[in-house]
Amino acid sequence: MIALLLRDLRLAVRAGGGFGLGLAFFLIVTVLVPFGVGPEGGTLARIAPGILWVGALLACLLSLDRIFALDFEDGSLDLLATAPIPLEAVVTMKAAAHWLTTGLPLVIAAPLFGVLLHLPGAGFFWLTVSLALGTPALSVIGTFGAALTVGLKRGGLLLSLLVLPLYVPTLIFGAETVRRGTAGLETGPPLLLLAGITAASVALLPFASAAAIRVNLR
Amino acid sequence: MNPADPTVPDPTVPDLPATGLTVTGLTVTGLTVSRGGIPVLEGIGFTLAPGRALVLRGPNGIGKTTLLRTLAGLQPPLAGAVSVPAEAIAYSGHADGLKATLTVAENLGFWAAIHGTGGPGAALEAMNLAALRDRPAGALSAGQKRRLGLARLLVSGRPVWMLDEPTVSLDAASVGLFERAVRAHLAGGGSALIATHVELGIAGAEVLDLAPFKARPPAAGGRGHPFDEAFA
Repeated sequence: MIALLLRDLRLAVRAGGGFGLGLAFFLIVTVLVPFGVGPEGGTLARIAPGILWVGALLACLLSLDRIFALDFEDGSLDLLATAPIPLEAVVTMKAAAHWLTTGLPLVIAAPLFGVLLHLPGAGFFWLTVSLALGTPALSVIGTFGAALTVGLKRGGLLLSLLVLPLYVPTLIFGAETVRRGTAGLETGPPLLLLAGITAASVALLPFASAAAIRVNLR
Repeated sequence: MNPADPTVPDPTVPDLPATGLTVTGLTVTGLTVSRGGIPVLEGIGFTLAPGRALVLRGPNGIGKTTLLRTLAGLQPPLAGAVSVPAEAIAYSGHADGLKATLTVAENLGFWAAIHGTGGPGAALEAMNLAALRDRPAGALSAGQKRRLGLARLLVSGRPVWMLDEPTVSLDAASVGLFERAVRAHLAGGGSALIATHVELGIAGAEVLDLAPFKARPPAAGGRGHPFDEAFA
């Protein structure tokens, strides 16, 4: 299992692996938004939590179709499905690799990008905490969507349509946590709901993803 | 089918590393396999004893790949039973499952780690890939890629090999390497099911022609399928 995670991380950082794609997209969003809405600090500070979370979510979405598509095309997925490790573990490792190459860099870089959007000082801590808690759910839900659409030609569009509604609760509670944090309000309830979404996704969705792959490989 | 005596030792078998095989015979009874829900082959039955190879023959599209995928556990059969669990089967399809940006040794080392067997060294030697071990798989020729894909079987440590057109794009010398690997596998108590159109120099290999098992439509007396009945 660890071998699979290491292989996916190695593939991600090698040429053409797509590491940094999400990060670059996130950077582009946060750089462009001030140009779009104007430079007044007040407006930017008010929308910063939402923009940062939407940017992180879309950056995550960008690399989802690579999770299984490449392995499907070169036959690795067939071989992984017949390998001694259960398919549930395979999809969990795939989601973990996706989070480590997409989610974790976003968590680390988000405070930096918060500066670009005039995020108030109190918000930086909550931005990092909410992204650290919420992005694993994005990766696991996205892996489920990728498993549903594996083997479809141009499945990326369908994947986005399937996954976006599932991302909405994570976005709502993630952005709400940061908004409350910047306003000095209690952040407990949205943060706990966010953690709950992540815990439930990580616990349940690998089984659904594995079942979807089994059907799609037939 | 009248195979040669399997007890005659094959003098050309090299000393390949023992893969810790458990001796397992494969028995298939009354198997019906489907592609897209439509039966393509029905009533397949054969026995594959340890140490034996069975060559599947049949025209293109008869269902050789479908049969192998079903036996490997990638899709469920419509009917019938397979005596060996899918965990005992090493499947090798048309695609080799190689990552272009990983080196030869990394590709093979990954599958060795997944299967919990030793390092890739011996398998690289057996497939004459040791000199290429640090080359990215994307820079290999088609035949070298195929050899790397076949080397994966050696590190899988599984007793039953299911090979789908294993000799595609191999030159004569590489086919020889492949035959040697299969013979060593058989000598170690393993078995192999090979779908191929070429003659392989494997002593005692039985041949199973799939044409008689072609599924007939219900109108012609075939057993039909619930799908057809539902839409009749």
